[in-house]
Amino acid sequence: MRATERGSRFSLGLVMLASLALLAGAAAQPAADTAIRPPPAAAPPDDGQWTMPAKNYASTRYSDLAEISESNVKNLQVAFTFSTGVNKGQEAAPLVVGNTMYIVTPFPNIVYALDLSKPSAPMKWKYEPNPEPAAQGVACCDVVNRGAAFADGRIFFNTLDGHTIALDAGSGKPIWNTQIGNINIGETITMAPLVVKGKVLVGNSGGEMGVRGWVKALDAADGHVVWTAYSTGPDKDVLIGPDFKPHYDTDKGKDLGVTTWPPEAWKIGGGNMWGWISYDPDLNLFFHGTGNPGPWNPDLRPGDNKWTAGIFARDPDTGAAKWFYQWTPHDLHDYDGINEQVLLDMNWQGQPRKVLVRPERNGYVYVLDRTTGEVLSAQPFGPVNSSKGVDLKTGRLVVNPDKKTGTGKVVRDICPTAAGLKDWQPSAFSPRTGLLYIPHNNLCMDEEGVEVNYIAGTPYVGMNVRMIPGPGGNRGAFTAWDVATAKPVWNLKENFPVWSGAVVTAGDVVFYGTMEGWFKAVSARTGEMLWKFKTSSGIIGQPITYRGPDGRQYVAILSGVGGWAGAIVSGDLDPRDATAALGFANAMKDLKDVTTPGGTLYVFRLP
Amino acid sequence: MKRGLVVLLSATLALAACQREERDTRPQSALGSGEQPAPVTTLEPGGERPSVSDNKAAAFEANAFHLSEGKRLFNWFNCTGCHANGGGGMGPALMDQKWIYGSSIESIHATIRDGRPNGMPTFRDKVPDDQIWELAAFVRSLGGNAPSSAAPSRNDDMMVHPSENRLPDAATLGKSP
Repeated sequence: MRATERGSRFSLGLVMLASLALLAGAAAQPAADTAIRPPPAAAPPDDGQWTMPAKNYASTRYSDLAEISESNVKNLQVAFTFSTGVNKGQEAAPLVVGNTMYIVTPFPNIVYALDLSKPSAPMKWKYEPNPEPAAQGVACCDVVNRGAAFADGRIFFNTLDGHTIALDAGSGKPIWNTQIGNINIGETITMAPLVVKGKVLVGNSGGEMGVRGWVKALDAADGHVVWTAYSTGPDKDVLIGPDFKPHYDTDKGKDLGVTTWPPEAWKIGGGNMWGWISYDPDLNLFFHGTGNPGPWNPDLRPGDNKWTAGIFARDPDTGAAKWFYQWTPHDLHDYDGINEQVLLDMNWQGQPRKVLVRPERNGYVYVLDRTTGEVLSAQPFGPVNSSKGVDLKTGRLVVNPDKKTGTGKVVRDICPTAAGLKDWQPSAFSPRTGLLYIPHNNLCMDEEGVEVNYIAGTPYVGMNVRMIPGPGGNRGAFTAWDVATAKPVWNLKENFPVWSGAVVTAGDVVFYGTMEGWFKAVSARTGEMLWKFKTSSGIIGQPITYRGPDGRQYVAILSGVGGWAGAIVSGDLDPRDATAALGFANAMKDLKDVTTPGGTLYVFRLP
Repeated sequence: MKRGLVVLLSATLALAACQREERDTRPQSALGSGEQPAPVTTLEPGGERPSVSDNKAAAFEANAFHLSEGKRLFNWFNCTGCHANGGGGMGPALMDQKWIYGSSIESIHATIRDGRPNGMPTFRDKVPDDQIWELAAFVRSLGGNAPSSAAPSRNDDMMVHPSENRLPDAATLGKSP
């Protein structure tokens, strides 16, 4: 009965689900090459390594390796395992460079190098940065780390207490260590850096602590900060200059990062950059999102709150902004705009376009022209009722006034939740199928704005949240999205949010993990379940695949539940309080019954 | 000689008059209890340590006014941001039976005042001492460790768990042993 009652409130959502179900039954398309591919400069031919979490600058998470295929994946076996020794959420992607695998753990951010040339991959070295334990108290949603990056013989990674560190990849010896974050104002770093043209790009976390967001470029050679681009404040701080040519009028004007806020509010306004960066070498532009404005309670920050919950294109040499687009102006529901951007070249309505595809937290798959920031398409990939679409003329999200939150007002059944239809968990794109494989959530929430005081270094949220399962009752889904037609092709329901990333291969196999601990392989064409393996803890990590020193194809994943979705287990929260973990625990009450904390690397190959 | 004595006497009187005007309007409030023997562990080599108590503990622990003030301050000082309404988030849950640094009101007071090494900040210079005691008393009520006659009985906001005076003792969850 309850489901029916709730269902009636989701006309939009139900239509969406119905169309998903319909399409799921449609015939699978052949695995022929599509005309959609990443720009070659951003996705060079596969060398069998995995040197950055997103695989390449285009962020496709696609591998040309095809030894493991739809027909033989059912024979996958464990090749070796490795305990990280840390029982917190393992969100990182392992890296493979030459004969060595590198993994970085959640706090205390230990880096391990494993020797793949020897049986069972023994440890080559480990590096312990010893971050300040107090940093754990200002990390919003578990003490995760989303991975390291390799370039020029060095491993670059960030620590929770705000350091960026360069290690010699061969010896594990530190080369430089630069402190760029301050935990006493609530600043942490959880993202994986990206190395572009000798610069290490890093952004901060802290959108729930009133931290002003930034992205910095550190010199890969010596670690000094070359430039800093803030997400709020005057143009000179945001690195907006004469080159800045946004597509939409609402983004044009002087110092919008100040004038779209109440006085001084931009100084504690969030817009943190804790997610993904892509880079187009041809345009010499990198693309990064900006997080939610702070506090969550929107009554405290009337205005569009530039430049939060949007995306910048910047020049990596100077940091200068080229264009900006705001996914969610004056965000009402914590819709951070930091998800991955997949760079693709495709025909759009008969014209070849350089696009950027982004499954966004607010529930839409956006296709943007990455040279201008123009929105070509924005279609929902799951139940959305917080907005009614995107006006393609103005580029503006059409907010549903019924779901507007405010102080002292309880608004029920808002979909998607603060965690978004999709959070940080990165999708993968296969040029063979033209499909984007999106791991995501299916949750709704009740929200009530409350008063909040800004105390530096403490949370600045001002919202009571409790989450509930979305329409259908499955809390997660894995959706294959046809980029050409902007429609879902198939959709797999999962009991818990799919908080892991995805990887897709030339063998037409897609891998992802579930929060119960299943590591799954499904057909990239049909979504048919081909193989699954139960790991020791829930999976929220990023799968990768690589060619080992023996020439064989391997698949690797870190198992270890946590993150915002799994904080109820990794942080041992009490779900009797509906607002635990900013409301997420309420939707995850039974997770403690199916999994326990862990931290183990699993690597698979065919026998 | 006699005159000298008079001068000395009047000087002493003047000094005493100054002291007479001094008033302790907020005793210890802002500065906090001086010595607070609140051990973090129950393990003491060799012997059993007698249980310690701060003279403020009893005054705050079972007092309805202080508990209700504590509930208000729990929001105002952003405790909810990390500990939610007792279920936890960035910080640990406070409504369960697990206490990393001790469950007594003295221990909780010490935790808020001095902080703890794995993420709990020190509020020594942010929150007056009496308000720390009120917060500590309220935190105990989240675990069902306050008399139901004194614990808060309603929420001004969205109900997120039973009111504090109906929360069961976390150790037993209301079940008889």
